[in-house]
Amino acid sequence: MLERLRSQRLLALFCAGLALFNFPLLALWDREFTVFGLPLFPAALFALWALLIAALALILEGRDD
Amino acid sequence: MVAAPLVVGVAFAYLLLLFAVASFGDRRAAQGRSVIGNPWVYALSMAVYCSAWTYFGSVGRAASGGVWFLPIYLGPMLAMILAWMLLRKMIRIARAYRITSIADFIASRYGKSQALAGLVTLITVVGLVPYIALQLKGIAAAYALMTQPAGAAAAVAPGRAPWWSDTTLYMALALAGFTIVFGARHLDSAERHEGMVAAIAFESLVKLLAFLAVGAFVVWGLFDGLGDLFARAQSVPELARLLTLGQGKAFAYEQWFALTMLSALSVVFLPRQFQVMVVENVDERHLKRAAWAFPLYLLLINLFVLPIALAGLLHFGADANAEGFVLTLPLAAGQHALALLAFVGGLSAATGMVIVEAIAVSTMVCNDLVMPLLLRTRRFQATAGSDLTGFLLAIRRAAIVAILLLGYLYYRLAGEAYALVGIGLISFAAVAQFAPAMLGGMYWKGGTRAGALAGLGAGFAVWLYTLLLPSFAKSGWLGRDFMAHGALGLELLRPESLLGLKGLDYLTHSLFWSLLANAGLYAAVSLWRAPSARETSQALLFVDVFRRTAAVAGPVFWRGRAHVADLLPLLGRFLGLSRAQALFDDYARRQGVAHRDALQPDAQLVQFVETQLAGAIGSASARVMVASVVEEESLGLDDVMRILDEASQLRAYSHQLEQVTAELKQANEQLKSLDRLKDDFMSSVTHELRTPLTSIRALAELMRDDPEMPAGQRQEFIGIVVAETERLSRLVNQVLDMAKIESGHAEWHNSDIDLRALLAQAVHTTEAMFRERGARVTLQLPDALPTLRADADRLTQVLLNLLSNAAKFVPQGSGRVELRLDCDARGATVSVQDNGAGVPPEQRALIFEKFRQGGDALNRPQGTGLGLPISRQIVEHFGGRMGLRDDTEQGACFFFTLPWRPKDDGDKR
Repeated sequence: MLERLRSQRLLALFCAGLALFNFPLLALWDREFTVFGLPLFPAALFALWALLIAALALILEGRDD
Repeated sequence: MVAAPLVVGVAFAYLLLLFAVASFGDRRAAQGRSVIGNPWVYALSMAVYCSAWTYFGSVGRAASGGVWFLPIYLGPMLAMILAWMLLRKMIRIARAYRITSIADFIASRYGKSQALAGLVTLITVVGLVPYIALQLKGIAAAYALMTQPAGAAAAVAPGRAPWWSDTTLYMALALAGFTIVFGARHLDSAERHEGMVAAIAFESLVKLLAFLAVGAFVVWGLFDGLGDLFARAQSVPELARLLTLGQGKAFAYEQWFALTMLSALSVVFLPRQFQVMVVENVDERHLKRAAWAFPLYLLLINLFVLPIALAGLLHFGADANAEGFVLTLPLAAGQHALALLAFVGGLSAATGMVIVEAIAVSTMVCNDLVMPLLLRTRRFQATAGSDLTGFLLAIRRAAIVAILLLGYLYYRLAGEAYALVGIGLISFAAVAQFAPAMLGGMYWKGGTRAGALAGLGAGFAVWLYTLLLPSFAKSGWLGRDFMAHGALGLELLRPESLLGLKGLDYLTHSLFWSLLANAGLYAAVSLWRAPSARETSQALLFVDVFRRTAAVAGPVFWRGRAHVADLLPLLGRFLGLSRAQALFDDYARRQGVAHRDALQPDAQLVQFVETQLAGAIGSASARVMVASVVEEESLGLDDVMRILDEASQLRAYSHQLEQVTAELKQANEQLKSLDRLKDDFMSSVTHELRTPLTSIRALAELMRDDPEMPAGQRQEFIGIVVAETERLSRLVNQVLDMAKIESGHAEWHNSDIDLRALLAQAVHTTEAMFRERGARVTLQLPDALPTLRADADRLTQVLLNLLSNAAKFVPQGSGRVELRLDCDARGATVSVQDNGAGVPPEQRALIFEKFRQGGDALNRPQGTGLGLPISRQIVEHFGGRMGLRDDTEQGACFFFTLPWRPKDDGDKR
């Protein structure tokens, strides 16, 4: 992966994270709803968080070719 | 409750274990087998971010605000996305210029300013003492909870016990001792502490496992899984409220955003984070893994925060001390061992933070506050001995003890006033003030010392006024008057609604004003005046750090005269003479000089000394010290630009040199492979020549030695000899032919040829040969054909080669060969199809190589193995292509194409 491309991907991921964790996208999850017995809002926050980590790992650990 | 001696014993046993881990790390480092040289340990050491504040405070915050504990960890997640760019640059800069603290970083960037270094240190100390107090409070509170009888008032009362019987004091002193042993035992010019980092990584592991263990116990031991826990919480209206976004009120998005941003900045600019992430970094490539492993750690340690908070509230009711749930839940369930584990986890969270923070702050205090002041006094200059290493260490150790005692003092005075979370955020807001000067300094060349001073000063002042003083007022140390009516009775100056700004909570309010003042003044004052020569040179070194390559040193912005005899003792004073000599020897070796005395005292050597010195006493003090022993000329902006120009030219030259070297290397490789090919060719040719020669010689010897040989046999032998000599001359001719074509010396007599006639002529020539084999040749020709410009003799040679090959391989008596000519707009295609055995797939690619004949060794027909390669060369000379069709069902089908217009038309040579 070209270093320039990696930097751009990281910046894009940062913007995505900023948007996901703030108004108004955050408000989407505020519902009376449970997933597998878990309240939606906290569960969604943790799921998004895990997703960001996975994407970050993918970008950073990708092969340098 | 657990017996107090047991708790104390466990705590000190844990500290001893920490000692063991740290000294193991140091020993391994001394042996050159570093335990911290791996990205996982690096990521774990970053988790020093999770202090007692995380361990106890998060649950407390979750119990009162639901998901509001999360922004403190989502911020770091976002920051770590950019770590690969941002932190890597910081690491690169810090390594190149031996920067060992955030104060040094900022000071060095803005022209090695002592004033800036001092200001940053001051902000750090003022901002972080409460934070250290918070850790001590965490330990004390945890201890109290562990030893109190169940059901006693949960409040912790640090002020009640006299100070000499307060275990927290002894804990603080023990921590100071640990920090001194592993953080300030000897002077390292890079401020690296392997043992300490190993201990911190170990602590991170302990606190994570302990917290997860408690979480698992609460969820699956006390409740029937997460579903059950949440279902029971949902049935209580006050708790169900915690699980929603706004908790009934409008959601404070601006506060959420402010907290996220604040923690994103803190995770980079907290002195302890800078210490473990930048200073202690072993290899910048470790960032690749640590950048995602560290957020993963944060996610894991937060996984059970909400469940533990809810479980505590369900179990103890809404009035309980939520910050202690991690301990009180296992205790209430009678799980004393688990409670002890949880206590050790909390202890590790607090001690890890205190140790690293104390090391980082002591380095700053020593290098950026005490040394500059001491170096200014003439008395010190006169009386100080020639070796100051011991003195430096003493300052650091004293600083460590002082910081911890200050923390203890703050804890004794203000411990009860605030919840853990409140204190932590105040410290975060203080270090966030470094952001404009740091980030601006790394990416903007226009920032100046005055700008940084103005920005930092203003930001700090606003922070002090809008956050710290109100916190004092809330603790009752200050009159609340100025809170309500503003300083000097001016309503506009009310600290929590400055200039009448309303609608923000006090933290967001303070953060907004302080960062606005900070960034605004930094930019405005920087733009007011052009940067000086020194500021420009440092800006270039910092912002363009990635442009420096390992091969070419960066520009050295220094001019003057120096002597090795002055520089060496100077370095010796602060690093120890033997170390200084070793450094000089090493430098001399790299310069290709035999001995350190023979070194040229040029700008590069001066810079080397200054950089080494900066590692020990900070860049600002190092600048002053170096300036005191050399005669230097002050550089103007023009000089800086000229030096930069020269350096970039040098870099361009070296780049060109690298390119030329690469090209030469490639050419050399090509030559070598050609040489190998030639050798192969020679050995093949000689081998082919030897076979007929051997048989000629053998037969001739037979005839010479046996005069009585019957005439018939003699005649037969002579026949063989003639045939072999013919083969020899054919071979020699073909080799010569091949060589001529390959070298481009062959003669070509091009004329317009009618291919139809040429093919018919070729068939006619080989008629006898086919008849002998009992084979039939058919000729398929199109009706009319344009003429083609080529060498008729050469083309005939190709045709004869293909036809005679076909004749050799068709079965005796039933052979069938078809010579076919097709043409299209581009050119003509001649193909020779036979009904022989065909060419096995594995030989298809080989038969066009020299001396590779088809067939196996037994039935290989007579031939030189050069026919096909020569034919192919000829066809390619005319711009055509020769090959073997691989789609034929039976036999072999060789073909060649010839374009109507060869690429370079006309007679060649």
